[in-house]
Amino acid sequence: MTLITVENLSVRYGANTVLRHVDMAIEPGEIVTIVGPNGSGKTSLLRAIIGATKPSVGNVSLKPGLKLGYVPQKLHIDPTLPISVERFMRLTNPVSRKQCMEALESAGVPDLLKRQMSQLSGGQFQRVLLARALINRPDVLLLDEATQGLDQPGSAAFYRQIEDVRRDTGCAILMISHELHVVMSASDRVICLNGHVCCEGSPAVVASAPEYRALFGTGTGGALALYRHDHDHDHDNCDHSQEAAE
Amino acid sequence: MLDDFMTRATLAGVGVAFAAAPLGCFVVWRRMAYFGDATAHAAILGVALSLTFQMSVFTGALAVALIMALTVTLLAGRGYAMDTLLGVLAHSALAFGLVAVSFLSGVRIDLMAYLFGDILAVSRSDLLVIWGGAALVVALIAWRWSQLLTATLNEELAYASGYDPKREQLILTLSLAVTVAVAIKVVGVLLIAAMLIIPAAAARSLAKSPETMALIAAAIGAFSAVAGLRAAYVFDTPAGPSIVCVAAVVFACFSLIGWQTRSRT
Repeated sequence: MTLITVENLSVRYGANTVLRHVDMAIEPGEIVTIVGPNGSGKTSLLRAIIGATKPSVGNVSLKPGLKLGYVPQKLHIDPTLPISVERFMRLTNPVSRKQCMEALESAGVPDLLKRQMSQLSGGQFQRVLLARALINRPDVLLLDEATQGLDQPGSAAFYRQIEDVRRDTGCAILMISHELHVVMSASDRVICLNGHVCCEGSPAVVASAPEYRALFGTGTGGALALYRHDHDHDHDNCDHSQEAAE
Repeated sequence: MLDDFMTRATLAGVGVAFAAAPLGCFVVWRRMAYFGDATAHAAILGVALSLTFQMSVFTGALAVALIMALTVTLLAGRGYAMDTLLGVLAHSALAFGLVAVSFLSGVRIDLMAYLFGDILAVSRSDLLVIWGGAALVVALIAWRWSQLLTATLNEELAYASGYDPKREQLILTLSLAVTVAVAIKVVGVLLIAAMLIIPAAAARSLAKSPETMALIAAAIGAFSAVAGLRAAYVFDTPAGPSIVCVAAVVFACFSLIGWQTRSRT
Protein backbone atom coordinates (compact mmCIF):
# COMPACT_ATOMS: atom_id res chain seq x y z
CA MET A 1 0.00 0.00 0.00
CA THR A 2 1.25 3.46 -0.90
CA LEU A 3 2.74 5.22 2.14
CA ILE A 4 2.66 8.84 1.04
CA THR A 5 0.56 10.29 -1.76
CA VAL A 6 1.00 13.85 -2.97
CA GLU A 7 -1.71 15.01 -5.35
CA ASN A 8 -1.68 18.18 -7.40
CA LEU A 9 0.25 19.99 -4.65
CA SER A 10 0.89 23.71 -4.95
CA VAL A 11 2.60 25.74 -2.25
CA ARG A 12 2.61 29.52 -2.16
CA TYR A 13 4.40 31.93 0.17
CA GLY A 14 2.61 35.24 -0.31
CA ALA A 15 2.71 36.01 -4.03
CA ASN A 16 5.55 33.58 -4.60
CA THR A 17 4.53 30.13 -5.86
CA VAL A 18 7.28 27.66 -5.02
CA LEU A 19 5.55 24.42 -6.05
CA ARG A 20 3.04 23.89 -8.86
CA HIS A 21 0.89 20.79 -9.41
CA VAL A 22 3.26 18.23 -7.93
CA ASP A 23 2.18 14.59 -7.99
CA MET A 24 4.26 11.91 -6.37
CA ALA A 25 3.98 8.79 -4.23
CA ILE A 26 6.23 6.76 -1.97
CA GLU A 27 5.86 2.98 -1.92
CA PRO A 28 7.07 0.74 0.92
CA GLY A 29 10.80 0.01 0.93
CA GLU A 30 11.92 2.26 -1.91
CA ILE A 31 14.64 4.92 -1.87
CA VAL A 32 13.50 8.07 -3.62
CA THR A 33 15.68 11.10 -4.07
CA ILE A 34 14.56 14.60 -4.90
CA VAL A 35 17.13 16.65 -6.76
CA GLY A 36 16.78 20.20 -7.99
CA PRO A 37 18.57 23.53 -8.03
CA ASN A 38 18.36 26.02 -5.16
CA GLY A 39 14.88 27.47 -4.76
CA SER A 40 13.28 24.61 -6.66
CA GLY A 41 10.91 23.82 -3.76
CA LYS A 42 12.63 20.67 -2.46
CA THR A 43 12.42 21.70 1.19
CA SER A 44 8.88 23.05 0.73
CA LEU A 45 7.81 19.66 -0.58
CA LEU A 46 9.27 17.92 2.45
CA ARG A 47 7.71 20.50 4.78
CA ALA A 48 4.32 19.91 3.16
CA ILE A 49 4.70 16.16 3.73
CA ILE A 50 5.41 16.56 7.46
CA GLY A 51 2.61 19.12 7.79
CA ALA A 52 4.79 22.15 8.48
CA THR A 53 3.54 23.98 5.37
CA LYS A 54 -0.09 24.10 4.33
CA PRO A 55 -0.71 23.38 0.63
CA SER A 56 -2.49 26.23 -1.18
CA VAL A 57 -3.92 23.69 -3.63
CA GLY A 58 -3.98 19.90 -3.63
CA ASN A 59 -3.29 17.59 -0.76
CA VAL A 60 -0.83 15.28 0.93
CA SER A 61 -2.16 12.06 2.38
CA LEU A 62 -0.27 9.68 4.61
CA LYS A 63 -1.26 6.07 5.11
CA PRO A 64 -3.22 5.90 8.40
CA GLY A 65 -0.89 5.25 11.32
CA LEU A 66 2.18 5.99 9.23
CA LYS A 67 5.28 6.60 11.33
CA LEU A 68 7.68 9.26 10.05
CA GLY A 69 11.35 9.50 10.90
CA TYR A 70 12.78 12.91 10.12
CA VAL A 71 16.37 14.09 9.85
CA PRO A 72 16.50 17.87 9.53
CA GLN A 73 18.91 19.77 7.31
CA LYS A 74 20.57 21.40 10.25
CA LEU A 75 19.73 21.47 13.89
CA HIS A 76 21.07 24.40 15.80
CA ILE A 77 21.00 23.80 19.53
CA ASP A 78 21.51 27.01 21.43
CA PRO A 79 24.63 26.69 23.62
CA THR A 80 22.55 27.75 26.63
CA LEU A 81 20.47 24.58 26.35
CA PRO A 82 22.13 21.68 28.18
CA ILE A 83 20.88 18.39 26.78
CA SER A 84 22.50 14.96 26.65
CA VAL A 85 22.29 12.61 23.69
CA GLU A 86 20.11 10.24 25.72
CA ARG A 87 17.67 12.97 26.75
CA PHE A 88 17.50 14.21 23.16
CA MET A 89 16.73 10.76 21.80
CA ARG A 90 14.05 10.06 24.37
CA LEU A 91 12.45 13.49 24.13
CA THR A 92 9.59 12.59 21.81
CA ASN A 93 9.95 8.81 21.82
CA PRO A 94 8.80 6.59 24.67
CA VAL A 95 11.87 4.35 24.46
CA SER A 96 14.15 2.71 27.00
CA ARG A 97 17.81 3.49 27.57
CA LYS A 98 18.66 0.09 26.08
CA GLN A 99 16.86 0.95 22.85
CA CYS A 100 18.78 4.24 22.70
CA MET A 101 22.06 2.41 23.07
CA GLU A 102 21.14 -0.07 20.34
CA ALA A 103 20.05 2.71 18.00
CA LEU A 104 23.31 4.58 18.56
CA GLU A 105 25.31 1.44 18.04
CA SER A 106 23.64 0.63 14.74
CA ALA A 107 24.18 4.25 13.67
CA GLY A 108 27.88 3.68 14.27
CA VAL A 109 28.22 5.98 17.26
CA PRO A 110 28.15 3.87 20.44
CA ASP A 111 29.34 5.43 23.73
CA LEU A 112 27.76 8.81 23.04
CA LEU A 113 24.75 8.28 25.32
CA LYS A 114 25.97 10.50 28.16
CA ARG A 115 27.61 13.14 25.99
CA GLN A 116 26.17 16.64 25.70
CA MET A 117 24.76 17.39 22.25
CA SER A 118 26.86 20.56 22.12
CA GLN A 119 30.08 18.52 22.35
CA LEU A 120 29.45 16.37 19.27
CA SER A 121 31.31 16.75 16.00
CA GLY A 122 29.35 17.35 12.80
CA GLY A 123 29.48 13.69 11.77
CA GLN A 124 28.51 12.42 15.22
CA PHE A 125 25.65 14.92 15.34
CA GLN A 126 24.19 13.73 12.02
CA ARG A 127 24.44 10.10 13.14
CA VAL A 128 22.69 10.88 16.40
CA LEU A 129 19.93 12.60 14.40
CA LEU A 130 19.67 9.50 12.21
CA ALA A 131 19.57 7.19 15.24
CA ARG A 132 16.85 9.34 16.78
CA ALA A 133 14.80 9.25 13.58
CA LEU A 134 15.09 5.46 13.39
CA ILE A 135 14.42 4.62 17.01
CA ASN A 136 10.66 4.41 16.54
CA ARG A 137 11.00 2.02 13.59
CA PRO A 138 9.47 4.46 11.11
CA ASP A 139 7.78 3.38 7.88
CA VAL A 140 9.34 6.29 6.03
CA LEU A 141 12.58 8.08 6.72
CA LEU A 142 12.77 11.68 5.47
CA LEU A 143 16.17 13.29 5.03
CA ASP A 144 16.61 16.95 4.16
CA GLU A 145 20.15 17.45 2.87
CA ALA A 146 21.25 15.37 5.81
CA THR A 147 24.91 15.34 4.84
CA GLN A 148 25.35 19.09 4.77
CA GLY A 149 28.52 19.98 6.62
CA LEU A 150 30.03 16.51 6.29
CA ASP A 151 33.17 15.95 4.25
CA GLN A 152 33.10 13.53 1.31
CA PRO A 153 34.10 10.33 3.16
CA GLY A 154 31.70 11.34 5.92
CA SER A 155 28.74 11.72 3.60
CA ALA A 156 29.63 8.56 1.66
CA ALA A 157 29.61 6.63 4.95
CA PHE A 158 26.33 8.29 5.86
CA TYR A 159 24.69 7.13 2.61
CA ARG A 160 26.01 3.59 3.08
CA GLN A 161 24.31 3.72 6.46
CA ILE A 162 21.03 4.70 4.78
CA GLU A 163 21.27 1.74 2.41
CA ASP A 164 21.87 -0.55 5.40
CA VAL A 165 18.81 0.89 7.10
CA ARG A 166 16.64 0.03 4.11
CA ARG A 167 18.13 -3.45 3.87
CA ASP A 168 17.70 -4.18 7.60
CA THR A 169 14.34 -2.58 8.31
CA GLY A 170 12.62 -2.32 4.93
CA CYS A 171 11.89 1.32 5.69
CA ALA A 172 11.15 3.59 2.71
CA ILE A 173 13.44 6.57 2.30
CA LEU A 174 12.74 9.95 0.81
CA MET A 175 15.71 12.27 0.65
CA ILE A 176 16.71 15.61 -0.70
CA SER A 177 20.25 16.00 -1.82
CA HIS A 178 22.51 18.15 -3.88
CA GLU A 179 25.29 15.57 -3.99
CA LEU A 180 24.12 14.30 -7.32
CA HIS A 181 26.65 11.57 -7.97
CA VAL A 182 26.30 9.82 -4.61
CA VAL A 183 22.57 10.17 -4.38
CA MET A 184 21.74 9.21 -7.92
CA SER A 185 23.57 5.96 -7.51
CA ALA A 186 21.95 4.99 -4.22
CA SER A 187 18.35 5.64 -5.28
CA ASP A 188 15.69 3.44 -6.84
CA ARG A 189 13.94 6.46 -8.19
CA VAL A 190 14.91 10.08 -8.73
CA ILE A 191 12.53 13.00 -8.93
CA CYS A 192 13.95 16.08 -10.56
CA LEU A 193 12.18 19.14 -9.20
CA ASN A 194 12.18 22.74 -10.35
CA GLY A 195 8.95 24.24 -9.03
CA HIS A 196 7.23 21.30 -10.72
CA VAL A 197 8.30 17.73 -11.44
CA CYS A 198 10.61 18.05 -14.48
CA CYS A 199 11.23 14.36 -14.90
CA GLU A 200 11.39 11.23 -12.81
CA GLY A 201 12.39 7.63 -13.06
CA SER A 202 15.39 5.42 -12.46
CA PRO A 203 18.71 7.26 -11.98
CA ALA A 204 19.90 6.27 -15.46
CA VAL A 205 16.69 7.50 -17.11
CA VAL A 206 16.72 10.82 -15.26
CA ALA A 207 20.40 11.42 -15.91
CA SER A 208 19.84 11.16 -19.65
CA ALA A 209 16.58 13.12 -19.69
CA PRO A 210 16.85 16.45 -21.54
CA GLU A 211 15.02 18.28 -18.68
CA TYR A 212 17.62 17.07 -16.20
CA ARG A 213 20.50 18.01 -18.48
CA ALA A 214 19.01 21.44 -18.97
CA LEU A 215 19.12 21.96 -15.20
CA PHE A 216 22.39 20.35 -14.29
CA GLY A 217 24.31 20.19 -17.56
CA THR A 218 25.78 17.10 -19.14
CA GLY A 219 28.66 16.97 -16.69
CA THR A 220 26.58 15.08 -14.19
CA GLY A 221 26.10 12.27 -16.67
CA GLY A 222 29.79 11.79 -16.08
CA ALA A 223 29.19 11.75 -12.36
CA LEU A 224 26.85 8.84 -12.77
CA ALA A 225 29.43 7.09 -14.90
CA LEU A 226 31.96 7.73 -12.18
CA TYR A 227 29.77 5.83 -9.80
CA ARG A 228 29.46 2.90 -12.20
CA HIS A 229 33.20 2.92 -12.53
CA ASP A 230 33.45 2.70 -8.74
CA HIS A 231 31.47 -0.49 -8.62
CA ASP A 232 32.38 -2.50 -11.67
CA HIS A 233 35.76 -3.41 -10.28
CA ASP A 234 37.19 -3.50 -6.79
CA HIS A 235 39.89 -1.49 -5.14
CA ASP A 236 41.18 -4.00 -2.67
CA ASN A 237 44.80 -3.52 -3.56
CA CYS A 238 44.62 0.16 -4.06
CA ASP A 239 45.50 2.72 -1.43
CA HIS A 240 43.43 5.83 -2.05
CA SER A 241 45.10 7.91 0.61
CA GLN A 242 48.42 7.47 -1.15
CA GLU A 243 46.89 8.35 -4.47
CA ALA A 244 45.50 11.50 -2.96
CA ALA A 245 48.86 12.39 -1.49
CA GLU A 246 50.49 12.08 -4.85
CA MET B 1 2.09 34.56 60.07
CA LEU B 2 0.82 36.41 57.00
CA ASP B 3 0.31 39.51 59.14
CA ASP B 4 3.98 40.33 58.87
CA PHE B 5 4.70 42.39 55.73
CA MET B 6 8.18 40.85 55.38
CA THR B 7 6.71 37.34 55.35
CA ARG B 8 4.19 38.34 52.68
CA ALA B 9 6.90 40.02 50.63
CA THR B 10 9.13 36.95 50.85
CA LEU B 11 6.33 34.62 49.79
CA ALA B 12 5.47 36.92 46.89
CA GLY B 13 9.09 37.01 45.72
CA VAL B 14 9.48 33.24 45.93
CA GLY B 15 6.20 32.72 44.04
CA VAL B 16 7.34 34.91 41.16
CA ALA B 17 10.76 33.21 41.14
CA PHE B 18 9.11 29.78 40.75
CA ALA B 19 7.05 30.87 37.75
CA ALA B 20 9.91 32.83 36.19
CA ALA B 21 12.46 29.98 36.40
CA PRO B 22 11.13 27.44 33.87
CA LEU B 23 9.72 30.17 31.64
CA GLY B 24 13.03 32.05 31.86
CA CYS B 25 14.87 28.94 30.63
CA PHE B 26 12.76 28.92 27.47
CA VAL B 27 13.24 32.67 27.08
CA VAL B 28 17.02 32.08 27.18
CA TRP B 29 17.02 28.97 24.94
CA ARG B 30 14.80 30.57 22.32
CA ARG B 31 16.53 33.97 22.53
CA MET B 32 13.33 35.73 23.49
CA ALA B 33 14.85 38.09 26.06
CA TYR B 34 13.66 41.16 24.17
CA PHE B 35 10.25 39.55 23.84
CA GLY B 36 10.00 39.39 27.63
CA ASP B 37 11.01 43.03 27.85
CA ALA B 38 8.43 44.12 25.29
CA THR B 39 5.63 42.27 27.06
CA ALA B 40 6.64 43.70 30.41
CA HIS B 41 6.93 47.27 29.16
CA ALA B 42 3.51 47.05 27.59
CA ALA B 43 2.09 46.19 31.00
CA ILE B 44 2.52 49.81 32.19
CA LEU B 45 -0.10 50.77 29.61
CA GLY B 46 -2.29 48.09 31.16
CA VAL B 47 -1.73 49.65 34.58
CA ALA B 48 -2.85 53.06 33.28
CA LEU B 49 -5.93 51.61 31.62
CA SER B 50 -6.98 49.62 34.66
CA LEU B 51 -6.67 52.70 36.87
CA THR B 52 -8.76 54.71 34.39
CA PHE B 53 -11.50 52.12 34.25
CA GLN B 54 -11.10 51.13 37.89
CA MET B 55 -10.35 47.49 37.20
CA SER B 56 -7.80 45.49 39.11
CA VAL B 57 -4.25 46.25 37.99
CA PHE B 58 -3.65 42.54 37.50
CA THR B 59 -6.47 42.22 34.94
CA GLY B 60 -5.44 45.31 32.98
CA ALA B 61 -1.77 44.36 32.90
CA LEU B 62 -2.59 40.78 31.91
CA ALA B 63 -4.84 41.92 29.06
CA VAL B 64 -2.34 44.38 27.59
CA ALA B 65 0.61 42.02 28.05
CA LEU B 66 -1.35 39.35 26.23
CA ILE B 67 -2.30 41.68 23.37
CA MET B 68 1.32 42.80 23.09
CA ALA B 69 2.70 39.25 23.06
CA LEU B 70 0.17 38.13 20.44
CA THR B 71 0.87 41.20 18.28
CA VAL B 72 4.58 40.46 18.31
CA THR B 73 3.95 36.80 17.44
CA LEU B 74 1.70 37.85 14.55
CA LEU B 75 4.06 40.48 13.14
CA ALA B 76 7.18 38.34 13.45
CA GLY B 77 8.78 37.60 10.10
CA ARG B 78 6.79 40.19 8.15
CA GLY B 79 9.32 42.70 6.99
CA TYR B 80 11.19 43.91 10.06
CA ALA B 81 13.85 42.05 11.99
CA MET B 82 12.59 40.77 15.33
CA ASP B 83 14.75 43.05 17.47
CA THR B 84 13.68 46.14 15.51
CA LEU B 85 10.03 45.16 15.83
CA LEU B 86 10.37 44.54 19.55
CA GLY B 87 12.31 47.77 20.04
CA VAL B 88 9.54 49.74 18.36
CA LEU B 89 6.68 48.01 20.18
CA ALA B 90 8.27 47.79 23.65
CA HIS B 91 9.30 51.40 23.90
CA SER B 92 6.16 52.76 22.23
CA ALA B 93 4.04 50.78 24.67
CA LEU B 94 6.09 52.10 27.59
CA ALA B 95 5.86 55.70 26.33
CA PHE B 96 2.12 55.51 25.66
CA GLY B 97 1.69 53.94 29.09
CA LEU B 98 3.59 56.74 30.82
CA VAL B 99 1.65 59.41 28.91
CA ALA B 100 -1.63 57.69 29.72
CA VAL B 101 -0.72 57.61 33.40
CA SER B 102 -0.08 61.37 33.36
CA PHE B 103 -3.70 61.98 32.28
CA LEU B 104 -4.89 60.37 35.48
CA SER B 105 -4.79 63.67 37.40
CA GLY B 106 -7.71 62.66 39.60
CA VAL B 107 -5.86 59.79 41.15
CA ARG B 108 -2.41 60.34 42.49
CA ILE B 109 -0.56 57.20 41.66
CA ASP B 110 2.91 56.29 42.58
CA LEU B 111 4.47 55.52 39.20
CA MET B 112 7.62 54.22 40.82
CA ALA B 113 5.61 51.46 42.46
CA TYR B 114 4.72 50.08 39.03
CA LEU B 115 8.07 50.67 37.38
CA PHE B 116 10.18 49.13 40.13
CA GLY B 117 7.64 47.13 42.12
CA ASP B 118 6.26 47.58 45.59
CA ILE B 119 6.83 44.20 47.12
CA LEU B 120 6.61 45.44 50.70
CA ALA B 121 2.99 46.46 50.09
CA VAL B 122 1.87 43.00 48.97
CA SER B 123 -1.51 42.15 50.48
CA ARG B 124 -3.07 38.76 51.20
CA SER B 125 -5.16 38.94 48.04
CA ASP B 126 -2.05 39.91 46.02
CA LEU B 127 -0.39 36.78 47.39
CA LEU B 128 -3.31 34.71 46.22
CA VAL B 129 -3.07 36.17 42.71
CA ILE B 130 0.72 35.72 42.59
CA TRP B 131 0.69 32.10 43.74
CA GLY B 132 -2.35 31.29 41.60
CA GLY B 133 -0.66 32.75 38.53
CA ALA B 134 2.64 31.07 39.32
CA ALA B 135 0.96 27.70 39.79
CA LEU B 136 -0.83 28.10 36.45
CA VAL B 137 2.41 28.92 34.62
CA VAL B 138 4.37 26.07 36.22
CA ALA B 139 1.54 23.61 35.50
CA LEU B 140 1.25 24.73 31.86
CA ILE B 141 4.97 24.41 31.25
CA ALA B 142 5.28 21.08 33.07
CA TRP B 143 2.35 19.68 31.06
CA ARG B 144 3.85 20.68 27.69
CA TRP B 145 7.52 20.21 28.68
CA SER B 146 8.60 17.67 26.03
CA GLN B 147 6.63 19.39 23.29
CA LEU B 148 8.01 22.81 24.24
CA LEU B 149 11.55 21.44 24.24
CA THR B 150 11.11 19.75 20.86
CA ALA B 151 9.65 22.90 19.34
CA THR B 152 12.57 24.87 20.81
CA LEU B 153 15.11 22.50 19.25
CA ASN B 154 13.68 22.46 15.74
CA GLU B 155 10.34 23.42 14.20
CA GLU B 156 10.35 20.68 11.55
CA LEU B 157 11.29 18.04 14.10
CA ALA B 158 8.24 19.06 16.11
CA TYR B 159 5.94 18.82 13.08
CA ALA B 160 7.35 15.41 12.13
CA SER B 161 6.72 14.20 15.71
CA GLY B 162 3.10 15.31 15.40
CA TYR B 163 3.31 18.53 17.45
CA ASP B 164 2.33 21.99 16.33
CA PRO B 165 5.18 24.37 17.24
CA LYS B 166 2.87 27.36 16.79
CA ARG B 167 0.66 26.07 19.58
CA GLU B 168 3.70 25.61 21.81
CA GLN B 169 4.79 29.17 21.05
CA LEU B 170 1.31 30.34 22.06
CA ILE B 171 1.61 28.52 25.39
CA LEU B 172 4.90 30.30 26.10
CA THR B 173 3.37 33.63 25.08
CA LEU B 174 0.43 33.06 27.39
CA SER B 175 2.70 32.05 30.28
CA LEU B 176 4.80 35.13 29.72
CA ALA B 177 1.78 37.45 29.93
CA VAL B 178 0.61 35.79 33.17
CA THR B 179 4.10 35.99 34.70
CA VAL B 180 4.42 39.66 33.78
CA ALA B 181 1.04 40.45 35.30
CA VAL B 182 1.82 38.75 38.61
CA ALA B 183 5.37 40.08 38.81
CA ILE B 184 4.50 43.79 38.47
CA LYS B 185 3.90 44.16 42.19
CA VAL B 186 7.12 42.34 43.04
CA VAL B 187 9.84 43.74 40.76
CA GLY B 188 7.95 46.23 38.55
CA VAL B 189 7.75 46.33 34.76
CA LEU B 190 11.34 47.44 34.22
CA LEU B 191 12.91 44.50 36.04
CA ILE B 192 10.63 41.58 35.15
CA ALA B 193 12.86 40.50 32.30
CA ALA B 194 15.75 40.36 34.77
CA MET B 195 13.86 37.87 36.95
CA LEU B 196 13.26 35.73 33.87
CA ILE B 197 16.73 35.76 32.39
CA ILE B 198 19.28 36.13 35.20
CA PRO B 199 18.42 33.02 37.29
CA ALA B 200 18.14 30.88 34.12
CA ALA B 201 21.43 32.17 32.75
CA ALA B 202 23.13 31.63 36.13
CA ALA B 203 21.83 28.05 36.25
CA ARG B 204 23.30 27.22 32.83
CA SER B 205 26.88 26.75 33.99
CA LEU B 206 25.85 24.12 36.56
CA ALA B 207 23.14 22.27 34.67
CA LYS B 208 23.57 19.07 32.66
CA SER B 209 19.96 18.71 31.51
CA PRO B 210 17.07 21.06 30.70
CA GLU B 211 15.18 19.93 33.79
CA THR B 212 18.04 20.56 36.22
CA MET B 213 18.56 23.98 34.63
CA ALA B 214 14.94 24.92 35.41
CA LEU B 215 15.21 23.59 38.98
CA ILE B 216 18.51 25.36 39.68
CA ALA B 217 17.05 28.56 38.20
CA ALA B 218 14.08 28.26 40.56
CA ALA B 219 16.44 27.82 43.52
CA ILE B 220 18.55 30.81 42.48
CA GLY B 221 15.45 32.94 41.96
CA ALA B 222 14.00 32.01 45.35
CA PHE B 223 17.35 32.63 47.07
CA SER B 224 17.62 36.03 45.34
CA ALA B 225 14.15 36.97 46.56
CA VAL B 226 14.89 36.02 50.17
CA ALA B 227 18.41 37.46 50.29
CA GLY B 228 17.43 40.57 48.33
CA LEU B 229 14.58 41.37 50.70
CA ARG B 230 16.84 40.84 53.68
CA ALA B 231 19.43 43.17 52.16
CA ALA B 232 16.76 45.77 51.41
CA TYR B 233 15.67 45.61 55.06
CA VAL B 234 19.19 45.89 56.49
CA PHE B 235 20.58 48.53 54.11
CA ASP B 236 17.30 50.35 53.54
CA THR B 237 17.48 49.95 49.75
CA PRO B 238 14.57 49.53 47.27
CA ALA B 239 13.37 45.91 47.47
CA GLY B 240 12.79 44.97 43.81
CA PRO B 241 16.16 46.21 42.54
CA SER B 242 17.89 44.58 45.54
CA ILE B 243 16.45 41.19 44.55
CA VAL B 244 17.74 41.62 41.00
CA CYS B 245 21.16 42.70 42.34
CA VAL B 246 21.47 39.49 44.37
CA ALA B 247 20.54 37.44 41.27
CA ALA B 248 23.16 39.31 39.24
CA VAL B 249 25.86 38.60 41.85
CA VAL B 250 24.91 34.90 41.85
CA PHE B 251 25.14 34.93 38.05
CA ALA B 252 28.63 36.45 38.19
CA CYS B 253 29.85 33.92 40.78
CA PHE B 254 28.44 30.87 38.95
CA SER B 255 29.78 32.05 35.63
CA LEU B 256 33.24 32.43 37.12
CA ILE B 257 33.04 28.94 38.66
CA GLY B 258 31.81 27.47 35.37
CA TRP B 259 34.53 29.25 33.44
CA GLN B 260 37.19 28.01 35.87
CA THR B 261 36.08 24.37 35.72
CA ARG B 262 35.85 24.46 31.94
CA SER B 263 39.31 25.92 31.50
CA ARG B 264 40.76 23.29 33.85
CA THR B 265 39.36 20.30 31.97
